[in-house]
Amino acid sequence: MKREISFRVNGAEATAVAGGGDRLIDVLREGLGLTGTKEGCGEGECGACTVIVDGRAVNACLYPAAEIDGREVTTVEGLTGPDSTLGPIQRAFVECGAVQCGFCTPGMIMSTKALLDGNPDPSDEEVRDALLGNLCRCTGYVQIVEAVRRAAVAGRDR
Amino acid sequence: MSPKRDFKVVGHSVPKVDGMALARGGALFCADLLPDGCLYARVLRSPHAHARIKSIDASEAEKMPGVHAVIHHGNLPRVMRTTAGQGAPEPSPYDFTTFDVKVRFVGDRVAAVAAESPELAEAAIAAIRVEYEQLEALFDPRRAKQPGVPVIHDEPDCKVVIPIPYEPGRNLASHVDMQVGDMEQAWGEADVVVDREYVTQYAQHTPIEPHVCLAEPLADGRLRITTSTQVTFHVRRIVAQALEWPVSRLHVVKPRIGGGFGAKQEVLIEDVAAFLALRSGRPVFFELDRSEEFLSRTRHPMIIRLKTGMKSDGSLTGVDMDVLSNTGAYGTHGLTVSCNCGSKVLPLYRWPRIKFQAESVYTNLPVGGAYRGYGATQAYFAMEVQMDEMACTIGMDPLDFRLKNHIRKGETSPVFKALGEGSEGVEQSIGSTGLAQCIKKGARAIGWKRKRGKPGKGPIKRGLGMCTLMQGSSIPEVDMGAASIKMNEDGSFNLLVGATDLGTGSDTVLGQVAAEVLGVGMDKIVVRSSDTDVTPFDVGAYASSTTYLSGEAVRKAALDVARQIKKVAADMLGVSHRDCELEGGAVVAGAGKSVSLAEIAMRSLYEKDQHQIAAHASHITHKSPPPFSAHFAEVEVDCETGLVKVRKYVAAVDCGTAINPRLAEGQTEGGVLNGISYALCEEYLFDEKGRMRNDSFRDYKIFSTRDLPELVTILVPTYEPTGPYGAKSVSEICINGPMPAISNAIFDAVGVRLRTAPFTPERVLAALDAKGAE
Repeated sequence: MKREISFRVNGAEATAVAGGGDRLIDVLREGLGLTGTKEGCGEGECGACTVIVDGRAVNACLYPAAEIDGREVTTVEGLTGPDSTLGPIQRAFVECGAVQCGFCTPGMIMSTKALLDGNPDPSDEEVRDALLGNLCRCTGYVQIVEAVRRAAVAGRDR
Repeated sequence: MSPKRDFKVVGHSVPKVDGMALARGGALFCADLLPDGCLYARVLRSPHAHARIKSIDASEAEKMPGVHAVIHHGNLPRVMRTTAGQGAPEPSPYDFTTFDVKVRFVGDRVAAVAAESPELAEAAIAAIRVEYEQLEALFDPRRAKQPGVPVIHDEPDCKVVIPIPYEPGRNLASHVDMQVGDMEQAWGEADVVVDREYVTQYAQHTPIEPHVCLAEPLADGRLRITTSTQVTFHVRRIVAQALEWPVSRLHVVKPRIGGGFGAKQEVLIEDVAAFLALRSGRPVFFELDRSEEFLSRTRHPMIIRLKTGMKSDGSLTGVDMDVLSNTGAYGTHGLTVSCNCGSKVLPLYRWPRIKFQAESVYTNLPVGGAYRGYGATQAYFAMEVQMDEMACTIGMDPLDFRLKNHIRKGETSPVFKALGEGSEGVEQSIGSTGLAQCIKKGARAIGWKRKRGKPGKGPIKRGLGMCTLMQGSSIPEVDMGAASIKMNEDGSFNLLVGATDLGTGSDTVLGQVAAEVLGVGMDKIVVRSSDTDVTPFDVGAYASSTTYLSGEAVRKAALDVARQIKKVAADMLGVSHRDCELEGGAVVAGAGKSVSLAEIAMRSLYEKDQHQIAAHASHITHKSPPPFSAHFAEVEVDCETGLVKVRKYVAAVDCGTAINPRLAEGQTEGGVLNGISYALCEEYLFDEKGRMRNDSFRDYKIFSTRDLPELVTILVPTYEPTGPYGAKSVSEICINGPMPAISNAIFDAVGVRLRTAPFTPERVLAALDAKGAE
């Protein structure tokens, strides 16, 4: 049964009508035009659709839309500062060559954000654990892990 | 001759021109660009591996509200063609039409619909009634040519469009052979002859963005196709062929694309979206789901028999490679992938006698296609494991064995001329190679002398393995890339290229080449690529061509623009144009005389002798200079579980001048990890009816950060005289190394040779058991 839900996306109030099998990713992409969140597999395996709900990284392709009622959602669009300046994680990804095709990038960045918000100084092992649900076929992950390290340093220096 | 090396932009790791927009999550991919009123396409797929369609009843689907078009073989023209996405005329058989009266693998197309929502499209598909006459299926490529087996392409109108062997009546999609020298002599002279068989598996590219496109009817009667493709111009030509339209009525645009790796060379979905858009008069969006992506195109599985001979001092006497390639239900890339098994592999060593034959055969299984490495991947597995065995047989270090036998600068191989792309190849000698240095530097980085041959005690053994590789850079005398450049008021330039950036960073690399010539920073180069209405032609992103081929087109166009700029500047400064140099955004002519590019542009556009400073250039190559690479793997083999883990992997690569070292490293690391994943775990599993059992990321695992070994990339600079600023290719070569290097490392660790891939725990345990039973 569908009902109206209200929630916050990237700091702004939003509403949607959702229920049943409706997925968070469709509310974001189609309902709100936030197409930064990508769909790669639709089965929670590739992580391209990773967003943050109440501080936790989730797969928006599996997450029931109705569940975000009253919650706070952050997508990649929410990390960009005023005048479209890149956030520190986004900047680190660009500088380190962690972006090749860029399709997995928003999901990678959101997993990184969830990691660093809770653990500003992660070990390499913790970085790899945090990103293991985000598949990338282009980079071999080396420059991605480097970007997360750089973003962590940038975050601590602030 | 010492080439200029003090580059200002080339050779520097400038950030990708599209990096910021991608990191922001901008609306840049096809699925982000859907217009209002867009319909969703869905394809009905065959549940049978081999069947004739007796009847299709789509009347229920057509009547459903919100369903706007239903297409199938009964209501579309039959135009035989290939989906290969190659230049014209294609070396792949014309054995395909948009919808056929027969289905040839589980997942083959039967019909398609366009509806107002994905759910409605799904429901419409379910409402189509199809009556099949099931036919006996053929799954074993070794049986394909036997008399009495099912003939997969029995349609009378399948054909080839260039003179190449093609015998569909025997399920033979292609055949190629060559021989240089007397093989009896090769074996007669040899002290050691090794004769082995190697088997590789079905695997998929798995771009994280599946195949996706959007077809939009335009008000002027044209059709715009926005598609995630590697071959924008080939899409225009091939969709026009399917529609029986002139290319002028099609506008094909490539947005950012979410990875390709060869899968998106195939023109696989655009025809369906185009027909549905024309039937419905509405925009149609078509995206494969993940299970369909697995059934799109694959790496050709191969059985390779390799016979090699050498004298006891390690000098080679001859090689005989026999390739049986399974091209699946359609012959796309069958011939050229199997040619590459020879042309990219056999020239690496100085064989005095060479025999090569390759056949690709039809089966009722998923379809092979272009996949990064393109046949070289499969054949290097065979060649490099066998080279390791040969070296071990005579007690020579496999590294020294390669150093002794690899091709040198200035040398040639008869293979270059003998094997081309469905016709003769092109003779060439090696203009640059850093392979010896790659071997030495890589060996040092992995600790070759120190760690090899020391498996250690306990159930977990350690081992080191290595291999050497080459590839090519573009298809000589065939591929063409073009570029145009125009100058703007502020001294910036629009660079238009047909070349296709599929995530590799080619827009950036090509921009760097233009910036270097024009003496400006990257902020002055605006790159636009792959739009058939706007940019000049390019064959697209395949055959490791873009940097080497399209890069040279850019350099030529930029040189022409530079000449025009100098002419205006000379007039402004009162000097000879010969004294003018472009640097730092200005033209400088000796002591204190300079004029900015912006001033030159303003004058040429508004003030005197007004004209647009602009140029275009095309480039074809007469060579395909190989990049070279040496790979080293350090593995752990758990003798109790059979699990193989790669601890460290070193790839030393000679790609000539790395125009953008960070991007070159990214290509190497991505190729290597994909190769490791292919070597250790990626494999299609089929049931007895030919249905893929593991068509999801849950059941078909690709490597994640958790599986990442320590990867070390070493770029070994050389200077290729025929490439832009000395560049060669880098994108494909490194996917070829992991399978042989890991197999050789497993041998070093536990003394068994893995010649069937992937090296799963089951296969490793079986090999250990077999060894124990000896």
